[in-house]
Amino acid sequence: MKPEMNSRPHLVPGCRLNEKDKPPRMLLMPERALRLNGPSLEIVERCDGSHTVQQIISELQQIYSKAEPGKVEQDILGYLELLKTQRALDFE
Amino acid sequence: MNAILPSPLALIAELTHRCPLHCVYCSNPVSLAARDRELSTETWKQVLGEAAELGVLQVDFTGGEPLARPDLAEIIRAARGAGLYVNLITSGMPLDEKRLGDLVQAGLDHIQISFQGAREESSIAFAGTQAQERKLRAIGWIKRQRIALTLNFVIHRQNVDQLEEMLTLTEQIGPGRVEFAHVQYYGWAFTNVRNLLPTRAQLERSLEVIRLAEERLRGKIRVEYVVPDYYAKYPKPCMGGWGRKLILITPVGDVLPCHAAGMLPGMTFENVQAQPLRKIWEESGAFQKFRGEEWMLEPCRSCDRRERDFGGCRCQAFLLAKDAGVTDPVCSLSAQRGIVDQILKDINGTPPVESSTKTDWIYRSNPA
Repeated sequence: MKPEMNSRPHLVPGCRLNEKDKPPRMLLMPERALRLNGPSLEIVERCDGSHTVQQIISELQQIYSKAEPGKVEQDILGYLELLKTQRALDFE
Repeated sequence: MNAILPSPLALIAELTHRCPLHCVYCSNPVSLAARDRELSTETWKQVLGEAAELGVLQVDFTGGEPLARPDLAEIIRAARGAGLYVNLITSGMPLDEKRLGDLVQAGLDHIQISFQGAREESSIAFAGTQAQERKLRAIGWIKRQRIALTLNFVIHRQNVDQLEEMLTLTEQIGPGRVEFAHVQYYGWAFTNVRNLLPTRAQLERSLEVIRLAEERLRGKIRVEYVVPDYYAKYPKPCMGGWGRKLILITPVGDVLPCHAAGMLPGMTFENVQAQPLRKIWEESGAFQKFRGEEWMLEPCRSCDRRERDFGGCRCQAFLLAKDAGVTDPVCSLSAQRGIVDQILKDINGTPPVESSTKTDWIYRSNPA
């Protein structure tokens, strides 16, 4: 179930972020809320149907330049897979 | 205690106790709120703003049947405007396509449609009404909108053996989420417990059916299964702990920590028409009563699990052991676990129970 690098993840209908002015940032879905911090927020913000999985990985590797790039990639793929299982997002 | 008082996360807004169904396991209290005492639109708007300000993230509009409120779209708009994620818990019965469009435009995020089973007979037997076709029609409209959809199947002894059929129906419909929720034994359901609680064998079979379904549907449909805690070794952390995560407001504006608290003796509930919600959450006697650990008796008081399950459910302790302050009798460490064991013996000890729709049900009535 590994995400395809060229696919474009997007939040599904009924899954959205809470308002920017009400910290902490949360990902809201039916009867569930996931707290988003640093990396997880950066990932979810890029799940807009335009960024490919590869682009998300590259951008986060740049932001978290001190982290080992292979680890960043694994973490992102794992997190995207988790969100898919939770039915928060789909891949085009 | 107040220094570390958590913010509530969810508001259960019971907009009305009016409902076209008469479910034998309804979670509303046995005495229902009269319609002429329901809160006004303006009051609900005010309260929703207060809830958001308190930190609430999600509101569940429920009832009764929330669609019975003609001002539902306006209330949804206010909730969304206050920054809340909006869930609508409904039978889907009174819905039409235009009304659904209005609700979505008003800001509805998610709709949950309840089912009594996979077949029309279930609807008649357990809800006292023909509902299946209308729900399926409503679902057709819902799928054309960009909101989340959950199917909620209420499970009990008389339909637990039809889980596979319910799963087939679910896969045909293709919602984002399905919840198979065993009846919780409060209110009308407690009155009917000996007709509703499944046998141990039925429960174990069902766990396997669900496990296979979860695997099969991973990444496609989120499958959730809520089992009856009478068969568990330890109790559920009811509501995430008393007065920790959740606020419930009744149709007349009383503020409760859960669905069932109204039946506990010696409790006074504050009303949103008389006090701000924040004050009620932080200071009301009802919310303070079982917060923290001071109220706990042994074995809870010194138990390792107390921060995980909070001693279980106060209302269940009252229903089963006649004392809301004792360990939930479902807990294997409770001195009163025998009460639960007796119910299980009554259900599992007798010859195989036939599934029957001729059971002597007690049907939910309507408010005045």
